[in-house]
Amino acid sequence: MLSENTVKEIGLIRSKYHDAQSSLLPALYVVQREHGWLSPEALKEVGEILNVPKAEVKGVSTFYAMFRHKPIGRHLIQLCTNVACMIMGSENLLNILKDRYGLEPNGTTVDGRFSLVVMECIGACGTAPAMLVDTDFHDNLTEKRITEILESYK
Amino acid sequence: MEKILLRNIENPDSADINEYIKAGGYKALLKALEFKPADIVGEVRKSGIRGRGGAGFPTGMKWAFASADPKKPRYILCNADEGEPGTFKDRPILEKNPHLLIEGMIISGYALEAEYGYIYLRGEYPAAKGILNAAVEQAYEKGYLGDNILGKGVRLHLSVHQGAGAYICGEETALIESLEGKRGQPRIKPPFPVNEGFLSKPTVINNVETLANIPYIIEIGADAYAAIGSPDCPGPKLFSVSGHVKRPGVYELPMGVSLRDIIYNHSGGILDDKKLKAVIPGGISTPILPADAIDCPMDFVNMPKHGSMLGSGAVMVFDETVDLVKICYRAIKFFEHESCGKCTPCREGVGWMRAILERISGGSGTAGDIDLLIEVSNNITGKTFCPLGDGAAMTAQNFIKHFRNEFEKKINNGSVKRAA
Repeated sequence: MLSENTVKEIGLIRSKYHDAQSSLLPALYVVQREHGWLSPEALKEVGEILNVPKAEVKGVSTFYAMFRHKPIGRHLIQLCTNVACMIMGSENLLNILKDRYGLEPNGTTVDGRFSLVVMECIGACGTAPAMLVDTDFHDNLTEKRITEILESYK
Repeated sequence: MEKILLRNIENPDSADINEYIKAGGYKALLKALEFKPADIVGEVRKSGIRGRGGAGFPTGMKWAFASADPKKPRYILCNADEGEPGTFKDRPILEKNPHLLIEGMIISGYALEAEYGYIYLRGEYPAAKGILNAAVEQAYEKGYLGDNILGKGVRLHLSVHQGAGAYICGEETALIESLEGKRGQPRIKPPFPVNEGFLSKPTVINNVETLANIPYIIEIGADAYAAIGSPDCPGPKLFSVSGHVKRPGVYELPMGVSLRDIIYNHSGGILDDKKLKAVIPGGISTPILPADAIDCPMDFVNMPKHGSMLGSGAVMVFDETVDLVKICYRAIKFFEHESCGKCTPCREGVGWMRAILERISGGSGTAGDIDLLIEVSNNITGKTFCPLGDGAAMTAQNFIKHFRNEFEKKINNGSVKRAA
């Protein structure tokens, strides 16, 4: 069930657009912020609020890499592995995440603390390698720095 | 060169509207409102500015097409879906100079008689989202946005719309589909967005950097603007430099600066003084150049004559130690991931290209694989709605054109190992 606040916020977003479906992506973001992911029930509810068929809602939400359709850990690590980050050492960082936390791409740690998604370019090529943890940007990553940064996310 | 797009960004409060106004901001808007909308379109046309998103289409011409279509309402969209690997040039504008973009959008909206605008911002820039939202709110408070801008009877409503991690949405018709709440799949053209864009209405889509140039064009006038940089391709240009250089970062330089100058002068040369092997000059979809081909003027008109393209001005530098087969494989893997799935040649073909490159890079390639890769890529080129498939094909073909020996070496070493 979506909370009252979420439903209200979706209504507010709806008023910024000339048609209902244009507010679908922002509405999905609101729900994902509340629940951490988009469950089939949540997708159905969003569709009902915006009067968009549920097959369409699912088709749209699964098209986009940043919408999540299964539960994730408390913190989401989005590590860039595209060319600039790759040549500056992102592969080594992936190994560190595996060794230290048992974390594989698209996986979650046993304690539910971290989930990992490998990203295409996140626009930090000049300070590569880089990652997002939740909505925080971290760049110029080294073996030491990534461990220190992650220790601050409990 | 005096900084225009990155003006004042050393100021830690540069994103605040009062600091922007103190540094001369929103003066161009006041000046623009003294003219008729058609005069602004004419001025932008005369300035010769070309769109900074990658294709280099003349901005004034795009505006004139939309202005000539009587359908209303019209829309002005800002493409802030900066997703081309290697590109991070729009980030300093979005995060440090958001009012320059907003002022550019208000002037554009006035010129086009568009009353609604959206900034389509990539999902991977959460910090920029907060900054832009705050800046838009400030602009409303000061009367620069709303139903009666500065009491002049001009209306523009602006909001920030966040994408959700799809490279294809940087393509303008896919961006429109996405803004309409659909899967981000490109439309066939024509009709072009200037006639049938967002909600089937005339729509102008400009890149962040393009819109950020507009206040300056109005401020100094088309003739003075046209004198900056290259003839036929004027203005200041942002270059994002990454990879093996001493000082990676975003540089604002005149259009037409040489690639060598960007790498060896502005970016300080190759990291650890190693030897340069190759450069991708304009983001991952532009043709790679070998080290001896970097004496070329970086603009939309000249780069094709030198075997590549300006693209987004994202200079990716590779030193002598880099395994280019692996880079090529990674680049094609990216295109496979980002193919929207609409056109068969791209959806299937880029996957096949990735499979061939995966085996070559992994040491299990066979003698015919390079030619097979070229053949598959030829069957994608020109057969799709949008340029994503073409970009993948061109990337692989140019890696092979300049560095075929590296691919052959991988294949030979692999077969020697298998025989042993």
